[in-house]
Amino acid sequence: MNFDYNEEQQLLADSVRRFVQKDYDFERRRKIVASEHGFSPEVWSVFADMGLLGLPFSTEHGGFGGGAVDLLSVMEAFGEALVVEPYLATVGLGARFVAKAGSAQQKKAILPAVAEGKLKMAFAHAEAGARYDLAQVRAQAKKAADGWRIEGEKRAVIGAPMADKLVVSARSGAGIALFLVDREAAGVSLRPYRTLDEMRAADVVLAGVRAEALEGGLELIEEATDFATALVCAEAVGAIQYANDATLEYLKTRKQFGVPIGAFQALQHRMVDMVISGEQARSMACLACSKADAASASERKRAISAAKIKIADACRHVSQESVQLHGGMGMTEELKVSHTFRRLTMIAQQFGDADHHLERFASL
Amino acid sequence: MDLNYSADELAFRDQVRAWIAANLPGDLREKMETFEHLSRDDLMRWHRILARQGWVAPAWPKEWGGTGWSVVERYLFEEELGYAGCPPLIPFGLAMCAPVLLRFGTEAQKKRFLPRIYNGDDFWCQGYSEPGSGSDLASLKTKAARQGEHYVVNGQKIWTTAAHYADWIFCLVRTDPTLEKKQEGISFLLIDMKSPGITVRPLILMDGGHDVNEVFFDDVKVPAENLVHEEGKGWTVAKYLLGYERMNTGRIGESKRELAKLKKFAAARLGDVGFRDRLSRLEVELTALEITNLRFLDRMRRSGQPPGADVSMLKIKGTEIQQTLTELMMQAADPAECGEIDPLARRYCNMRKTTIYAGSNEIQRNIIAKMTLGL
Repeated sequence: MNFDYNEEQQLLADSVRRFVQKDYDFERRRKIVASEHGFSPEVWSVFADMGLLGLPFSTEHGGFGGGAVDLLSVMEAFGEALVVEPYLATVGLGARFVAKAGSAQQKKAILPAVAEGKLKMAFAHAEAGARYDLAQVRAQAKKAADGWRIEGEKRAVIGAPMADKLVVSARSGAGIALFLVDREAAGVSLRPYRTLDEMRAADVVLAGVRAEALEGGLELIEEATDFATALVCAEAVGAIQYANDATLEYLKTRKQFGVPIGAFQALQHRMVDMVISGEQARSMACLACSKADAASASERKRAISAAKIKIADACRHVSQESVQLHGGMGMTEELKVSHTFRRLTMIAQQFGDADHHLERFASL
Repeated sequence: MDLNYSADELAFRDQVRAWIAANLPGDLREKMETFEHLSRDDLMRWHRILARQGWVAPAWPKEWGGTGWSVVERYLFEEELGYAGCPPLIPFGLAMCAPVLLRFGTEAQKKRFLPRIYNGDDFWCQGYSEPGSGSDLASLKTKAARQGEHYVVNGQKIWTTAAHYADWIFCLVRTDPTLEKKQEGISFLLIDMKSPGITVRPLILMDGGHDVNEVFFDDVKVPAENLVHEEGKGWTVAKYLLGYERMNTGRIGESKRELAKLKKFAAARLGDVGFRDRLSRLEVELTALEITNLRFLDRMRRSGQPPGADVSMLKIKGTEIQQTLTELMMQAADPAECGEIDPLARRYCNMRKTTIYAGSNEIQRNIIAKMTLGL
């Protein structure tokens, strides 16, 4: 039992932290969010140079063979800085499907390009009314002479507007299957929008779109979603850390009745409870990332659901309290705290809220 | 990072587990299982079994009987004791008086008291709280006046757990009432409970049990050699001790055992989604506490430093979990079966003490706010 990073993990953690502190401050982020495409190509190429975009892929495909634990510090730093680039969509989901379920040829064509920053991806799975039920897929895949054709509609696909390729789930004769689709292909149309947490997403209509098959079906979707859940748990830890640091600083500097408001015990105890929530969230993110690659599916699911229950609660608790303790200022666009609030609100629900995971936890 | 135990750590755990299975007397196991009252003899019998094995004080220095185990091994050992349902080791001697003597005691004091604590020859209790000094411990008034080779002690202690069993009490007393700062003028005294002038009066708690007492001191003569550290330095000793006390209040092993029992006991109620979710949330809380505890231990291992003030959160969360366990257990019981629900309801009542004792959970929050957050 140990909680150490190895030397490589520590170096990576340090360099990612340095980068976001120096080059991804709140002002920079504000400009990126306001830009036409809602992400920064420069930042993306820095990620490529740092090796972040190939982290979980094998070395033969330009990666480092990393697992969820290797991504923990990256996601934590991204959470603290509220990075909006489609890292989770591309590396945590889209390309990871290819790494897990692509043919040798598909891997060769896609993974090195992703690692070099030339290709972005997204996972188009959720459909209207499915909520968090991963098995609810109505999109249809039909075999054609030159591959597959997909008909269907996907919702809230994070990162779709800037993606080059989409991984799409659809029903074929064999049940739920996975396919690879060019975002520019004929028959793909997007209704793009900006999410509450200032990321870019789209509803995606697929009208007889040409697709290549990947291996794998529902089981892989569950595994990949658990992996991505572990990553957002780690991201939450960083965002919670920021919210707590900013709130503590505010309690020490904001004066009312002639004293810093942190002198009031009613606020001190609430701040302590936020810090405790943060520590518990960190513990559960460690658990989630340690077990995301576990061989046993039931052990993995239990750990991920336990982590997500606790982290969803912590996201809600810390985000709400950080705004409350900042008073009116916490409500404003001007402060990063309100943007952190939005990201934490979304993470609490992403890949299943606490109620969903309580249901799954009890069923295991 | 690896949240799994190493092969060596697992082998150690298995060894401890097998030893407990072979050495925990059946009648004590049974009493623990049914939350029955444990007598002084019950408690000391288990203490002596562990002492004979050389495992009663793992954290002590090796020369005084410590085991030299790593922090992880110590944690595993405690967890196994709790999980197996062993009677508690009363901490007042082993985990409170002894660390103080090891840090502040004279050689003569160590030689006189430590072996007797280790072997279970003396039963200790703690004289801290007074009727007017609970959370504000430093306001204590029990007086000790130096007269030649003795201190003469007058005053009253309260909430003294196991005073009715104890041979000795370690006390915070005021040796100089003239000083303005209340933390000054306090001293740490070891007092023989057989001394003339000591009266122990039971305080019966709402579950009907007798755990705590009032202790009255009426011109009690205490030899001056029983002073620990310097006169007037008692508050330094007390603060040192509180850090130790908090690291030990998570009781994760016991809670894991109680949770396993609760899941079995409440099996019929799991169709009730409200109850089921409360149970799941509790299990998740316990997992979070366990990993947080391990992270703090890991930090201690790496830094070689004693626990910081933030370990107070282990006390807060650990006691909340213990209370919720007893609450759910009571709610899972059949309300029409007095024999079933009554002991569980009494245990629920009794466990309300956990968020009050050893520094109430509000005081723990004050400590974190001040020491860790700088508020």
